[in-house]
Amino acid sequence: MTIAASTQLICFLVLSFVVVLGALGVVLLSNIVYSAFLLGGVFLAVAGLYLLLNASFVAAAQVLVYVGAVNVLILFAIMLVNKKEDLAPIPGITLRRLLSGGVCAGLFALLTRVVLTTPWAEGPEPIGEEATIRIGEHLFTDYLLPFELASVLLLMAMIGAIVLARRDVQAVDPGTGELADQGLIEKARTPLLVDQPPS
Amino acid sequence: MISDLLSGSVPLEAYLLVAAVLFCTGVWGLINSRNAVRVLMSIELMLNAVNINLMAFSSYVDGQLIRGQIFSVFVITVAAAEAAVGLAILLSLYRNRVTVDMERFNLLRW
Repeated sequence: MTIAASTQLICFLVLSFVVVLGALGVVLLSNIVYSAFLLGGVFLAVAGLYLLLNASFVAAAQVLVYVGAVNVLILFAIMLVNKKEDLAPIPGITLRRLLSGGVCAGLFALLTRVVLTTPWAEGPEPIGEEATIRIGEHLFTDYLLPFELASVLLLMAMIGAIVLARRDVQAVDPGTGELADQGLIEKARTPLLVDQPPS
Repeated sequence: MISDLLSGSVPLEAYLLVAAVLFCTGVWGLINSRNAVRVLMSIELMLNAVNINLMAFSSYVDGQLIRGQIFSVFVITVAAAEAAVGLAILLSLYRNRVTVDMERFNLLRW
């Protein structure tokens, strides 16, 4: 992409502002639905950063996979488990938050120091718009094995998610004792591990 | 870096700093969230920070071979698989314990 350097700088500043504020909103807002939508905004802004870095294919993949799939999945999970519950207060939660905030700030200071003091090597000119062609060449030559393994991984994740999230289904009708040909009678399930009865 | 910024071009360090902020926010959320869905969201934030790093290095240091872009495609794939399995685990955990409070998921604690 050939846009003027100052335009690029302004785009970068706006996008990184959105990324940082959105990430803070995701972890700090109390309403989890707002957090999920802000997470979508963060993903879109990160896709914009990829466009600034001359990576149109990865930006498209980011929008499709993260905004289109992962974020929708998270919203569905929120809908399925969104029960209003009063969280039991934990003693010393403020101290815990401050301590972990200090640890994260220390990690950030360390990373900042590394980033600013390392003399990063200057590479060759980026190839720009030909990046998609180059990605295709890589995926079918020297990264062929990881590419094929990724398909196996996705298949395993799909089957695993179905097995984990499936409800138990009874094969025998509990009323008559006959085989249930519908196969869809759900077991009346009492949560075994609940330490207080669900109201 | 400051002189680069003043001359109007975006330096590599700026991308790395944004990614560092995103990663540290994700770590903080991962430690402090009490809702299990928010923990998964924090993990996604951290994976995105890693992706920004990979893409920045790919563009600034490895401009011809762009191996960083390949790696971020793979990271996106693994993140999608992780989100699917993580949310499935969360659903079955919710069915068994009827809560999403991280403080009450202590089945495996000594």
